[in-house]
Amino acid sequence: MSAHLVVSHLSKRFEAGTPNEKIALDDFSLEAEKGDFITILGSNGAGKSTLFNAILGKFLSDRGRILLDGEDITYVKEHKRAINIGCLYQNPLRGTAPSMTIEENLAMAYTRNASKSFFAVNRRDSAHFRELLATLDLGLEDRMKTKMGLLSGGQRQAASLLMATIAKPKLLLLDEHTAALDPATSVKVLEITRRIIAENGLTALMITHDMSMALDFGNRTVMMDAGRLVLDLRGQERCDMTPLRLVELFSDRSGNDLSDRTLLAL
Amino acid sequence: MPYLDMLISALGQGTVYAPMALGVFIAFRILNTPDLTIDGSFVFGMTVCALVTVSGHPILALFAGTLAGMLAGLVTGLLQTKLRINPILSGILTMTGLYTVNYMVLGGQANLYLQSMVNNDSGVAVPVASRTVYKMFSVSGNSDLSALLLSALIMALCVALLAVFFKTRPGIAIRATGDNEEMVRSSSINADFYRAVGIMVANGLVALSGAMLCQEQRYADLGNGSGMLVVGLASVIIGQALFGKRGVTAGLLSAAIGSELYRIILQAAYQIDMPSYMVKLLSAAIVTVALVLPLVKEKSVALRQRRSGERDRSS
Repeated sequence: MSAHLVVSHLSKRFEAGTPNEKIALDDFSLEAEKGDFITILGSNGAGKSTLFNAILGKFLSDRGRILLDGEDITYVKEHKRAINIGCLYQNPLRGTAPSMTIEENLAMAYTRNASKSFFAVNRRDSAHFRELLATLDLGLEDRMKTKMGLLSGGQRQAASLLMATIAKPKLLLLDEHTAALDPATSVKVLEITRRIIAENGLTALMITHDMSMALDFGNRTVMMDAGRLVLDLRGQERCDMTPLRLVELFSDRSGNDLSDRTLLAL
Repeated sequence: MPYLDMLISALGQGTVYAPMALGVFIAFRILNTPDLTIDGSFVFGMTVCALVTVSGHPILALFAGTLAGMLAGLVTGLLQTKLRINPILSGILTMTGLYTVNYMVLGGQANLYLQSMVNNDSGVAVPVASRTVYKMFSVSGNSDLSALLLSALIMALCVALLAVFFKTRPGIAIRATGDNEEMVRSSSINADFYRAVGIMVANGLVALSGAMLCQEQRYADLGNGSGMLVVGLASVIIGQALFGKRGVTAGLLSAAIGSELYRIILQAAYQIDMPSYMVKLLSAAIVTVALVLPLVKEKSVALRQRRSGERDRSS
């Protein structure tokens, strides 16, 4: 029995054969069990987002395989594998359609679980959406007819989070999804994230540049550098880890010097 | 009552072109795609309609024309999505190709009158005007008024059907594709498919206008399509200037009303002795002015702020 998510020997070069060639993923492997919540660290250009894009199917990898819940999705089309994968980006604008209402946005995201009805927005689903929105505690449940574009960044990101998880995906990818929000909103969205993942028992990967957040959230922390996995923390070892120690470990493993401390925002 | 007659005639034109305005609204506003197929699909609807009308099926002709337009839209849609050709270029390619197709549909002529040759009692072949929907639908002695009513009926039907369609699941998928394609794909929906469907619907409506115009004026002419895109845009923009940017149903309604207003503006311009060849320039000017208006507003506000700022400093 293989793990829930298996990324094995994945390699990707961009602009191969040109002077700008960049090895984004270098024989990268990672396995996640069902219900794992893994935080991913790494400096800019380490290949974190490339890994997500490979899993999402934004491009085909040069080598390697990706398995999700026993199914080989290496060559599955982007929109088809999206059925099982939810994703959130740093930019709150990416996950929502601004000129459509909150309700219509949720109905879009809910497509495959939705009640059969002639109109996309129907009473039964709307009642469900209203309940879900109420759990965000942002007052959005009373603004379901409001256009998404009128919401603040934090509200849109919270709504995007709901959209990404509304269909109970097998895998949730979070790419620095709170980095563009102010500190207070960021904390709020992170708490919502934690709760949604816990309540639905989702398997999730979360990219972050914040060391303490990486240790605080989830049950595993991995570190990437130059397209490789350089550190995999779990269990007691992870419990004993401190953010400062993590930075030192990162410098050792990656061969990068202290200048990376600034990059890692400590 | 020359003014009432003029109004009826203007409104009649406005309703005939209203489906086209709806098509332009769908392509430019809902799908956010500059679709230049429109000039070609308008004529395609016209030529196919002419052919079917001449063979004696005026109602079927409207459907055939619409279908032809959808086919043109499908080609553009496939060029855009499957072959990844730039949207503007995709439209230009289809439009250019359609010129030949339309020429062929009319049997190698640039125009076709809706008539067929029938032998009269003395055995001489004489042209007889083909039946059109406008001839069949005669509820008033005033043929312009009858035509207006029929076109208005079709227009209302289009608006109602579209308003409903854009609330259904495929409908919101098309709207979302124009709004945020990435979000559509991540909702596990095939954005390419819905983009193509949207372009098909838009061009079907444009072609329906062409078909209606063909039956109303009783001939098809390859030259009728040129500048249609700008006319459609003018209608959409005039409607928007009046009613603002609102939901999709309001947008459809304002595009249809914009088409009427555009024709009334033209009619008024004719009254002050504008020669008919000025129409295109006027349309282009209307669109340009409407597009520039927000910028002018912004600049004038900035200018006022600077002036008041300078006044404060000098006092």
